[in-house]
Amino acid sequence: MFETLSHLALQQYWWVIISLLAAILAFLLFVQGGQTLLYQVGKTDTQRTMLVNTLGRKWELTFTTLVTFGGAFFASFPLFYSTSFGGAYWVWMLILFGFILQAVSYEYRKKPNNFLGHKTFEVFLFINGLLATVLIGAAISTFFTGSEFSVNDFNQSRWEDKGMGLEAALNVQNLALGLAVFFLSRVLGALYFILTISEETIVKNSVKQVIYNAVPFLVFFLLFVGLLITKEGFAVKEDGTVFMEAGKYLNNFIDMPLVLALFLIGVLAVLYGLFTAISKKYDKSFWIVSIGVILVVFSLFLIAGFNGTAFYPSTFNLQDSLTIQNASSSHYTLSAMSYVSLAVPFVIAYIWYAWRSINNKKIDLAEIEEGELKY
Amino acid sequence: MSEVDISLVDWSRAQFALTAIYHWLFVPLTLGLSFIVAIMETIYVRTGNEEWKRITKFWMTIFGINFAIGVATGIILEFEFGTNWSNYSWLVGDIFGAPLAVEGILAFFLESTFIAVMFFGWNKVSKKFHLLSSWLVAFGSNLSALWILVANGWMQFPTGMKFNPDTARSEMENFWDVLFSPVAINKFLHTISSGYVVGALFVVGVSAWYLLKGRHIIMAKKSIVVGAVFGLLASIFIAVTGDGSAYQVAKHQPMKLAAMEGLYDGQEGAGLVAFGILNPGKQTGDDKDAMIFSIEIPTVLSLLANRDANSFVPGVNDLVYGNEKYGIESTASKMEKGRTAINALIEYKAAQKAGDTKTQENARKVLEANYNYIGYGYFTSPEEVVPPIPLTFYSFHVMVMLGFFFILFFMVILWLNMKGKLENNRLVLKTAVWSIALGYIASELGWIVAEVGRQPWAIQDILPVKMATSHVSSSSVQLTFWLFATLFTVLLIAEIKILIRQIKIGPKEGGQ
Repeated sequence: MFETLSHLALQQYWWVIISLLAAILAFLLFVQGGQTLLYQVGKTDTQRTMLVNTLGRKWELTFTTLVTFGGAFFASFPLFYSTSFGGAYWVWMLILFGFILQAVSYEYRKKPNNFLGHKTFEVFLFINGLLATVLIGAAISTFFTGSEFSVNDFNQSRWEDKGMGLEAALNVQNLALGLAVFFLSRVLGALYFILTISEETIVKNSVKQVIYNAVPFLVFFLLFVGLLITKEGFAVKEDGTVFMEAGKYLNNFIDMPLVLALFLIGVLAVLYGLFTAISKKYDKSFWIVSIGVILVVFSLFLIAGFNGTAFYPSTFNLQDSLTIQNASSSHYTLSAMSYVSLAVPFVIAYIWYAWRSINNKKIDLAEIEEGELKY
Repeated sequence: MSEVDISLVDWSRAQFALTAIYHWLFVPLTLGLSFIVAIMETIYVRTGNEEWKRITKFWMTIFGINFAIGVATGIILEFEFGTNWSNYSWLVGDIFGAPLAVEGILAFFLESTFIAVMFFGWNKVSKKFHLLSSWLVAFGSNLSALWILVANGWMQFPTGMKFNPDTARSEMENFWDVLFSPVAINKFLHTISSGYVVGALFVVGVSAWYLLKGRHIIMAKKSIVVGAVFGLLASIFIAVTGDGSAYQVAKHQPMKLAAMEGLYDGQEGAGLVAFGILNPGKQTGDDKDAMIFSIEIPTVLSLLANRDANSFVPGVNDLVYGNEKYGIESTASKMEKGRTAINALIEYKAAQKAGDTKTQENARKVLEANYNYIGYGYFTSPEEVVPPIPLTFYSFHVMVMLGFFFILFFMVILWLNMKGKLENNRLVLKTAVWSIALGYIASELGWIVAEVGRQPWAIQDILPVKMATSHVSSSSVQLTFWLFATLFTVLLIAEIKILIRQIKIGPKEGGQ
């Protein structure tokens, strides 16, 4: 089936999968956002325990999605993997450092004799929440702003900036997306608390946090989008030559109206979800905003890679920029991997079933008293 | 194709070794304990006996503590292929990336989704669905081991691929050759069974400690039965898969086998060193004796390596300097061919740029004829292909001795338990407690044999480790090395302290 498709069709198929994984990862960063709100939403130790437990049921999904995102990128676009991970060394190392801290913190936080004390593990959760969101956001923004790297004739890459990726934080657009993702994840985290916890103070504080974080999120997101659609973009001619095109990303939206529609529906869903959460105290706003986030991130990835666009541009040498054509795996590997991708709907189905089974009842004080909480 | 920064190579190697060794401290227990917990829960569901639920919950708590730090140390490994080994990532990403992606899609999600049900679902889902979740976690953990070991097996025996000079990388030609490579399959079976043994030793050891303290007697006895039966089966299986692994090493990595056995000069009807002390002054190519002292089992090495007791097993010197009689090519000759392949690739790319198709075609032919030796072209002396022999030799022999000890150990435990004499045999119970550490030692030594023994190769014959690194500064890698060394050590201390406290608390409180 897949082997009959052209190499380009397979490259596009895998870019769609990568975009989808990125979109789901962005949504699942609600766990990281929630981790940064423990002390602002939870005022007592019991309340914080409830927050940690509701996030603790999902943290591994975010973690696994990140790992799968990395693995899928490696398998489908290995030149991106070798260039970005081997070059933007410090950005990725700091992101990973935060995730290492996270992985033990849920389990060890309340265990007797945990050596570091429960507050240390709560700080670890905050560090992960901050580093993962800001740095992943800034790293993704470089898909639109470019990075200083070169690729030689043997496809060996070299980072040409001594910041080893940290220099991305000096770009306003990168910083804007990083902070937008940070505040968005906090909005999602607060909405998730409202969705899954039945405790008055937590719900009240969560609604407040939705408001406090939605404002900076919107400011930074609009700044990012404003810069995105007005600046030059990295376009690719049919012969593979990369050149700067005015309003490239706006043009991509116009040239791909379906993608533009997804983007606009996503933005509207986020705004409507925020409105329902703030005004109507609707406890399922989390899902509306999440769907919006998935659509927006998905469409941003599509305009980064489709319509003759270099998805990982080199500002050091434009012709070293990575496109879905020059960075991808071979036809055979993409075909083989495409068969594996058929399992994805099945995976999503059982995740959804397990999610519903565990979240069918809100966490309340009674559950704590019965000793049913793990963390 | 560029200059080599030895400091960067060494620090990158050190960082990968550090993270792999730490990760491998926790994974075996996850692999083994996940099945033991699932077996215990099955007994609970089948019998309805609440005691088994209590036992299951206790071991599940221990599993959770260990699982968390295993996950923490694992994430860095996947991304290190990119951060520290970017040349490697490009050269073989077309093949190596696929198992990692499949691992994520098929195994990690299974594990992470159902682990939530396993821990939070006791009163939220049916008994059978909960049991299914526990089995799926065990299955998912082992499935993830399959894919990463397929990837590792491919590095030891690259197969199912072809080099494409246009992209300057190896590309997959046959997914099934990669998946069902005999090296990968043996490696997988040997590795997971080592995890089962570690899990079984842990359960038996902790239970023995309870018997020594006279606490939780019923739980301890029941756990010992499950652990020891599981451990005995696994430790017998590990001997079988160990033999299979060694056979594959003999076929595809003869230098590793020579290092494992401290065999410098090949022999027909070669004996297996049952116990030996290497001569520390021995160098490749000199006339000194390789061993100060050794006890050999005659002809067994030939038998294990080639399934023929009279066959020739090459030694380090044969592989480095060649042996005409047995048709073994010298490393110097391979280095020459390797350099020819590298130069042909450079010529191919230059001709491609210049649009000179004739030269391009000629270069391609030369490259294809010599590609199997391309990795040798990066060496400056033939002796570079020799791995650290003492570390490989001693690790292998101690691992094998411990492997046989475990079979005997589980048999003794089961026999004494059947006779009702285990509870009062303090010597055996104390041995059981100490055997927990022996399981970890054997497991880590296994990794050392596999990974140190295949040096200097990142990919056998294709890519030496020194050519696989990223172009990052050595100081950056040093800094991350110490960062991770400190962090992992702190987390290890936390884990051990928590585990010890949970074990001291015992099933009543700890299992709730």
